[in-house]
Amino acid sequence: MNGSLRNIAVWTAALAVLAFLLLPLCVVLIYAFDAASVQVWPIRGLSLKWFVSTWADEEVRSALLISVEVAGLATLLASVLGTLAALGMNGLSSRIVQAGSFFLTLPIAMPGVLTGIAMNSFFTTCGLPFNLVTLVIAHTTFCTVVVYSNVMARLRRLSPTLLEAAQDMGATPFQGFLTVTLPLLGGAIMSGMLLAFALSFDEVIVSTFTAGSETTLPLWIFGAIRLGQHMPEVNVVVFAVMAVTLVPVVMGQKLAASASRE
Amino acid sequence: MGLRRYAGNLALLVPPFGWLTVFYLGSLFILLLSAFWQVDSMTGEIVHDWTLDNFRVLFSDVTYRIVAQRTIGIAVLVTLTDIVLAWPLAWVIARKVGPRLKLLLLVLVALPLWSSMLARIYAWRLILGHDGVLNWFLHEAGLPGQSIAFTNVALWLVFSYLWLPFMVMPLIAALERIPASLLDAAGDMGATPSQVLRTVILPLAVPGMAAGSIFTFAVTLGDYVTPMLVGGAGSDFVGNVVYSNVGVSGNVPFAAAFSLLLLVVVAGYMLVARRFGAFDGT
Repeated sequence: MNGSLRNIAVWTAALAVLAFLLLPLCVVLIYAFDAASVQVWPIRGLSLKWFVSTWADEEVRSALLISVEVAGLATLLASVLGTLAALGMNGLSSRIVQAGSFFLTLPIAMPGVLTGIAMNSFFTTCGLPFNLVTLVIAHTTFCTVVVYSNVMARLRRLSPTLLEAAQDMGATPFQGFLTVTLPLLGGAIMSGMLLAFALSFDEVIVSTFTAGSETTLPLWIFGAIRLGQHMPEVNVVVFAVMAVTLVPVVMGQKLAASASRE
Repeated sequence: MGLRRYAGNLALLVPPFGWLTVFYLGSLFILLLSAFWQVDSMTGEIVHDWTLDNFRVLFSDVTYRIVAQRTIGIAVLVTLTDIVLAWPLAWVIARKVGPRLKLLLLVLVALPLWSSMLARIYAWRLILGHDGVLNWFLHEAGLPGQSIAFTNVALWLVFSYLWLPFMVMPLIAALERIPASLLDAAGDMGATPSQVLRTVILPLAVPGMAAGSIFTFAVTLGDYVTPMLVGGAGSDFVGNVVYSNVGVSGNVPFAAAFSLLLLVVVAGYMLVARRFGAFDGT
């Protein structure tokens, strides 16, 4: 096989794999606008009517509200914990940083069911009832690493001379942190928070074990698909969830990109 | 300065690592304990008496062995599939395109990972269903329809789809790091392209594949949602047994014991992956 033929083969394979990754997403997006209430391809006609009826559905609304509350609170907590972890690790030896990063990653690297049942047993044993609080605790635990990695990556690129300059000018370490480091980290923290929000907003496996009777939006979708009920509404909600998680991700990428150019 | 500075670091680290220690390690610890507890058959309450009964059932009942084998087997299969699928895409992104196109492609690969997992599973129900997208295209092409929906084949396909980005990303990072001069040198010494691939590129890409495989393997291993939504009657994972044992009529200690298998398997896998340099990139 000569060089150009090999090149064509590699490109073809790469594009095929990319299509495999992206086309299913397009299918979901199209079905949200399906006028029919049965799921048959090709779709029977374009309509926005299911958007209207989904928005009017009380169950969907309350699930959305719970998801936003959980993701919002977990993101806030994770932003504090993740930023503290990154600041504290910065400057320590690379062995310690590696071990610390590994520890922080464990909650998302470990199988979801394991984290879920472990937290379920923990809360039961501690006598904590399952509700919004347990959900927020669980989500914070696996969201922290997202903020941490973003801030850590930014800290690594941050020039120490900036802080030294501030201290030469008479700033205390605390003033230097407040006026130099923190503003420079703002973008990284923000983009980490957006990713954490997207992660939490979409999580279903750990949530089933820690939600009790609360129904987050993913739990509502999961239940509806499983029982084969409200399928037109599922199409719309799935579309909306994708839109909601994509916006922060794209924004987060942009923020991270612009922060790294500074 | 030195000691004071580290004291400052330590103070910053207390909240995040305190949180993780209490809620994560604490949870794992309780999980470990509860695997040796039991449920009172009369009251349904968890009794904190030590027993090995859960493990006895797990080891003696062939059903659970089959479930465990299926879970691990499919997770391995998915990991291998993703390695194969990831290569051409990672190679093109890492070494064939300019910086602008590269950024775009990177975002496109990461996009599915960050969009809703349920939406992506659901997409395959729409595609593989009897009146779904795939059968329509097969029909238009004059081919017989498929009926892989709700089988282990569908499960394998959907899992491979779901976690492919986890493999592509670290593989790109590994391939990017190979200096072009190394490939040129191998070529200059008379190596054929396939020799270069086998003796230079492949060994240097192993840490990337190892890093990616931790995610593809562990995430597949710990799922119960995908088997429930796209699998069939014979598709239960360890996670499904765990899931069905949590709740009103369930047996949490038994579920805890079974889930410990996942912990052991993943921990073992991480140790192996570490030997292949999975953690060297961080």
